[in-house]
Order: sequence, then C-alpha cells, then structure tokens
Amino acid sequence: MPSIQELTATAQESAKKLGIQKYDIYGSAVDETSVQVDEGEPKQVKASQRSSITVRVWNEKNTMGVASTTDIDAEGLELALSTAREASYFGVKDHTPDFSPEATAALARSLDDKAPQAPVTALVEKLVGAEKALLDAHPAIKGVPYNQLAQRDIDRFYLNSERAARSEGATYSSIYLYSKTEEDGKKPRSAGAFRIHRSLEQLDVAGCIQEAQEKTISHLNYEKVKTGKYRVVLSPDAFLSLLGAFSNLFNAQSILDKQSLSTPESLGSAIASPLLSVCDDALHPDNVAVTTFDGEGTPTRRVSLITEGVLSGFLHSAGTAKRLNAQPTGHANLGAKVTVSPHFYHVFAANDKGENLSLETANHVIFVDELHALHAGVQSLQGSFSLPFDGWMVNQGEKVSIESATIAGDFRELLKSIILVEPEAELTPAGVCPRIWVEGLSITGE
Amino acid sequence: MNLVITAPLSQELSNLEYDSTKHRFDSSWEPLLSTLLGWGRAAGADFIEFFLERVNYISCLAEEDAITSISPRITTGAGVRVFRGKADCYVSTNDLSFFGLKAALEKGLSIMGLQLPAPNSYIPEVVLEPLRDYATTKTKENWLTASSSMQEMGEILLSANQTLKTKASHIQSRRASYFRDWQEILVAASDGTFARDIRLTQSVGCSLLCADGANRSSINQRAGSTSEPNFLRGWNYTSMAEEIAEAAGKMLYADYVESGTYPIIMANQFGGVIFHEACGHLLETTQIERKTTPFIDKKGEKIAHENLTAWDEGRSDKAFGTIDMDDEGMPTQKTLLIENGILKNFIADRAGSWRTGHPRTGSGRRQSYTFAAASRMRNTYIAPGQYSLEELFASVDKGIYCKKMGGGSVGATGQFNFAVDEAYLVENGKITKPLKGATLIGEAKEIMNKISMSSQDLGLAAGFCGSISGSVYVTVGQPHIKVDSITVGGR
Repeated sequence: MPSIQELTATAQESAKKLGIQKYDIYGSAVDETSVQVDEGEPKQVKASQRSSITVRVWNEKNTMGVASTTDIDAEGLELALSTAREASYFGVKDHTPDFSPEATAALARSLDDKAPQAPVTALVEKLVGAEKALLDAHPAIKGVPYNQLAQRDIDRFYLNSERAARSEGATYSSIYLYSKTEEDGKKPRSAGAFRIHRSLEQLDVAGCIQEAQEKTISHLNYEKVKTGKYRVVLSPDAFLSLLGAFSNLFNAQSILDKQSLSTPESLGSAIASPLLSVCDDALHPDNVAVTTFDGEGTPTRRVSLITEGVLSGFLHSAGTAKRLNAQPTGHANLGAKVTVSPHFYHVFAANDKGENLSLETANHVIFVDELHALHAGVQSLQGSFSLPFDGWMVNQGEKVSIESATIAGDFRELLKSIILVEPEAELTPAGVCPRIWVEGLSITGE
Repeated sequence: MNLVITAPLSQELSNLEYDSTKHRFDSSWEPLLSTLLGWGRAAGADFIEFFLERVNYISCLAEEDAITSISPRITTGAGVRVFRGKADCYVSTNDLSFFGLKAALEKGLSIMGLQLPAPNSYIPEVVLEPLRDYATTKTKENWLTASSSMQEMGEILLSANQTLKTKASHIQSRRASYFRDWQEILVAASDGTFARDIRLTQSVGCSLLCADGANRSSINQRAGSTSEPNFLRGWNYTSMAEEIAEAAGKMLYADYVESGTYPIIMANQFGGVIFHEACGHLLETTQIERKTTPFIDKKGEKIAHENLTAWDEGRSDKAFGTIDMDDEGMPTQKTLLIENGILKNFIADRAGSWRTGHPRTGSGRRQSYTFAAASRMRNTYIAPGQYSLEELFASVDKGIYCKKMGGGSVGATGQFNFAVDEAYLVENGKITKPLKGATLIGEAKEIMNKISMSSQDLGLAAGFCGSISGSVYVTVGQPHIKVDSITVGGR
C-alpha cells in the first residue's frame, strides 16, 4: 500500500482534477497468512494481500456521497472520487454527515506495533503439534475438524481535505482449535477454544490446547436437562455474546433510527442490577486488537455505558454526537450512512458484588459456556432471545454436560435479574468480563 | 486440430510483458494465464488455478421517507490456488497486472516449498481450451447498464416505504433496501479450463418494526433474483408490504411459545431452511473431508423418510442461487441428492472431489477472490409431495405452524437449530393463535426420518449462506412439510 503521504498527494491531485473541494478517505491494507492442518499434514494455507478504501465526497450543495474500491492507484482513486460525487447528489439533505471535529485532535497513543511475520513452515509445525496434542489427550477425541493458525499485519489510515492525516499499524496472531469426539453408542460431541495475541511467539497455544481438550472431554458424559426455570451462570464469552447482540441499547445511531431498545431519554435510567457496570474501551491494556481512531478519524477512548445498573452513556459518531448534544466517542464506521459499533467491552462488578455464591458449592445451577446461532435466535429489536448453548449442570462443583438445550429470555429482564458479578475477570476476544449469575432463566431440554 | 505449444526459456521470464484488456476479461488474457500456469506446473505443482474477479456493487437504503444510503463499491482481485499432493494453498491479491499475478503465483509456490524453474529451463505453457464465454453466449454484456440507475433505485424504494406506511399500524420504523451485485469472473486452470461468466444478482427487502407499549414485533421480508436487469422495476412491493404488515400486526400481541416437543408444519418457500441446515450442509464434500457429517458413508442408503426427495441445482431460471458455471469453471447441473429417502449424491467441488472420490457437481463456490472455492449449495429444495395442505393440518392435534423462518446453523456434530419469526399454534387441525420466540433444535440424522408428509405447493425463497468460502447467494425451498416431532425452545 502507498504511504499516507503518497495517498494524500494522489487524492489531492485527483480531487483537483475533478473539481472536488471536500472529501475524506478511510482505508486499510491487510497482509495475512493462515494455515489449516488435517491429520498431521497441512491442508490449506491461505495468504492474502489486499487493500480497500472508502471515499466520501461533498458536492456544491453540501450533500455527501460515498464509494469504495480495492483499486488504490491514481486511476482507481479518481474513479472512486467521481463515483462518490455522482452518489452525492442522492445523499441525505437532513443531518448530512460532516468531518469529525476531532479528526485532528491528538491521539491517546500511537500504534505502530508490527512484529515480523513467521514463516509458513513455523505456523504449520505449531498447528500440527497442537492437533497432535489434542488427539493424544483422550482416546475419544477422533479429530480436530476446525483448526486455524493465522497471522495478520494491518495498516489503517484516515485523511481529509482539511489536512487531517493519521495512520496506525499492528500485527496479530490467532489460533482456533475445535475438536470432536466419537464413542460407540454415544452421540458425537465437540468443543473449541480461541486465543489471540500481538505476536506468534507470545500466542498462548498451550492454553488453547488445554481449554479445547478440557471442554471437549467434559462433554463426553452428557444428559438431558429438564425444561424449566434455572439459576444460570453465564461465562464471560456467553455474557459478552448477548451484550454484543443487544448493543443497540447503547448505539446512538440505532437510537436515532428508532432501531433500539433505548431512546435518547433512557440515559440515567436503571436498566440493570446495581451490581453491574460496563464500559467500552478500545484502549484497554488487555485489548489485543487496539485501535486508536475510528472511521471518521476521531480518537477512541473509554466510555461508560452502564454504571452500577444505570444507563450512563451512548456510543457516538460525529453526527450522532451533534444531534444528541454529546461528544464523539470514536465508534464510527465510515459509509454513506455512518454507523456506530463497539470496540472492546469491560464488564466489572460494582461496589456491592451481590450474593456470596460459588460454582464449587452451588446446587443445580446451569453454567452456560457458549451460545450458538445468535444471528438467528436473537430478536434484538424486541429484546428477546432463544438460543442453543453448550454448558453443564453444576452441582456442588461437579459438572455434567447438557445435551442439546436452549436458553430463552428477555435481555432487559436478564440484566435486572443479575445476582452476582464475580470478581475475577477473564479475557475474551470481545472484552474483559467475569462470570455473571442470573436468576430464573428459561431452559428447554426434555 | 493442431495445437502449438510454445516453450519460452526461463531466462526470458523477466522480459515477458502482456497487454491484457484491463477492463474486461476476454481471450486477451489467455497468453498471460497459460504462461503463468506453465510456470507453476514446471515448478512442480500438481495443479494450479487462477480466479479473476471484477465486481460493481451498489446498495441503497430508504428509511421512513428518505434515502439514507447509496453505497457503490468497485472491486477487482484475483486468487491463485496451488495444489501439491493432498495439500493446497490459496493466495489472493488486488493486483491484476502481470507482475501482480506472477508475485501471487510465486508466493503460492514458495508456501508449497516450490520455486520457479532455474535459468535455461524450458517451460511449456499450459494449453487452455478456447474461452468458454457464458457472458457472450447469453448476451449478458448489457446487464450492468440495463439495470436500474441510482435515481430509479431511490424512487422505487421510497414508493415501497410509502406503501408500508399505508398498510401497517403501530409503526415505529420502516425500511426498504436494495442491492445489485454485478460480477465478472474468469477461471483458468492447468487442466486447460478457461471460462468466463457475468452474473447479476439483485435483492430487495422491506422491514417493519411495530410497537404498542411493551409489545413489539419486527418482520423482514426479502426477494432476490439473478439474470434479470429489470428485476427492481418489476418488484411487486405492494404485495410484500401487505404481507409483512399483516404478519407484524399478528405477531405484535403474540404470546411466547411454550417450550416442548411438538409436531410442526413448516411453510413452503423459506421453510426450506430446515433441509438446508439439517441435511444440505452435511452433504457437502467439505463436511466429508472433515468427517463432520453423519452421512459420510451412506450413499445408496436410506437417510430420510421415504416420502422425501431433494435436489440441489444451479440452473433454475432467475433463482437467487442460479449460476451457469461454478467458480471453478465447471458448468452447473441438476443434482439429485435424495430420492424417496435414499441418498443419491453429494455436493462436490474440485478439491472435495479429489479428496473424497465423489464426482464434481459444479458446486465450487466462493464469496469473492479472497476465498478458495469450496463445495456449496446453489438452489436446494425438497420436491413436491402427494398430500394436500388440508391433509397436513388435519394430521396435527396439537402442534405449531412455522410460517416464516429466521436463520439457522448446523454444528460439527450434525446438531442444527433455526429460529421461527412467525408461528401459530395448531389445535385439532386449525390455526388458533399467533406465537413468538420459537427456536427449533434437533439432529440431522433423526429429523430427516421425521419429515413424513409433503404437500404439492413447492415454493422457492432467496437466502444467504455463510460457510468456509464466505457468504454466497442460495435458494432454499420446499412445499409445506410436516415434521412428526421436534424440540421447540421457548419460554
């Protein structure tokens, strides 16, 4: 990819040629390699070098249009600018998006966190070793049908015609292991684990193997669970899955579009148990995929969303902040319609941590480890969910795997039914979160 | 026929130049690609394939009475797949110049432990077949310009949204959306494959959110088509608005479904998602390779109720999953999957065919140049049966009518699930009240034997299928069917 200085110069030249006065560009370039293995042999290696940009152009009537392209040479950039200008004549006339007032503000930190990419042979060797370790862990584990070890370099940039120009780059490595068991007279069972880090050397491959192994084996002995209402413990991954699925609660653009469970007046209302606090924090020290600015060039920051059960903040773009008399929060995604999305949740216990409960001593609670099919089973505009899950019935610390069951409820009721936010948090790809205990959720089994 | 095989010296590699037509995939690409394929073979690769793609995509969104988004996207890219023994690698790039494609090939070769031949080696080109051009033979060249303009997209979506306003009550928000995906592809492979196609896929949809106090309902509906530049102009948005307004009105005050095990009647068209998730994915060779299907060694055996016959095919006129050739250059075909309960065929791409032994079916598909092709469904449906709709309902004492399905998924153990957006309680053969919040879960092996009745009213519906090679356009379909019993999750 050209440097941001080269892109800025090319954009200026093309805009001048086309008579375009006002524009901005957000783009990224990715260089990634991933490997999969099958029974000790590499199955597929993928390598990709790709870049893309999104261009916004404002015309003389101050309406705005967008175009995206993967062709970022001078010719491609010029075509994108002219296409965006054509689209601008169909742009919205009310609340037209504008440059972020913080597009040139100082960033909280600079991000140039590149690590050298490891050779493919090293990736294959590491993944073959992980597959073997899982296959050797238990005679019932017959395969690791889904596995991948990947490394990715990513560069992102934002520039505009008023001389904003920023860029950042980082490297990530990740591993995914999903093993499957087969035993005579029993149904096949499976489970997986995922790890991500900034470099391959520091990637917790052993931890991923250990977690995949333990989870898979723990599902070997399974039983049906009786349909009813249960005290449920949600794993950090499960709770963050639900929080993400219902993120319209905090999304200022969704609120303005009437596509949210909140309204502008919801700020300050109690939406959860006072035990719960939630922030979104792209700059959290545990966030591997840290990003320092959003699609509009606004610096990212920590934003309080729920403070001791009270809705305390929304996620904003420059446009939503202006309409709701707030500050941009660094959550915008550039487009014809600027959308807003969270970065990295930090869920933690408020001062009062709730009941003194433990999985070691609790009787007949259901521990939900992972939720499935969120794309299908969540009615985000109604607040309801009905989802299959992997988990265990836990009694005095003893875990028995649950065979095919669903969990259902209303997310707003769930938030208010929290009886414990455990003190110890775990790191997941979506955020940092402890286990969350909830009273009276519907489970359908047999 | 005389074939002339040129054999350039490898010394000349750095001096070679090609002048392909940059903005069109035609036979001018043949010298470049046959040379690159020859280099790859000479390097020791067992098989090489190039996939080139140009996309001109646009989406449009109307909210309330305004167009709030028009988003054009122009994409060009290529992928090269290199096979050596059982292993393969896939390298993608945005650079379609000679040197960009050569760099991608070299990277692929080096990943597989291969390198371009030494100086002075003779490198025979791979002889490609004469270009099989599905775009020219089917006059697809004008499809892009014949499709709706930005102006027309906006006007039609605003009219649709206005119609929604007149048909529904308790409206909180209303949206109409459209996208047009124009794609030109070129495939060249070291077995001589050389084929080009143009595809035009379009989709329109409406969504309605209604609210009355604490009661809420949201209903979406989408229609899709391929190969039809006039699709948007012919869209009957009044009919769609009436349907979703009626559904939203009924679901607004619906009770939550009581969880348990029920017989269900599943509506035609999008009800076909049950077969797609519960069986279709498990017949892909990708699943056989991973040993994640219970049907791995069941060809010729009974895997479903004797009343069930199912097809997967690429050629339905204008259906959403229709393609003339797959993304590996193979013409598509109509593939019989299950006949009267007996498993007849699997769905195979090239690599899947090599690795499992099942014949290719023109099913190698991918979302874009960034993915290697994999075995994927196209237009997949359960064939019409012998029963009337009245007979299906009459067979249910207490059950659930699943009129509109949401999405679903299937896991590595054959366990599937899907959501029901619009459901009704059936008592003594009659629909009695609306229900919401239902999720169906089950196991493929079990459910296929419980589809005991099919009516005669086959209907197809447009959908999106996400899997290993990305999100592709598919059709699901079926007549009304009865499932004797299934677990329904609810409250």
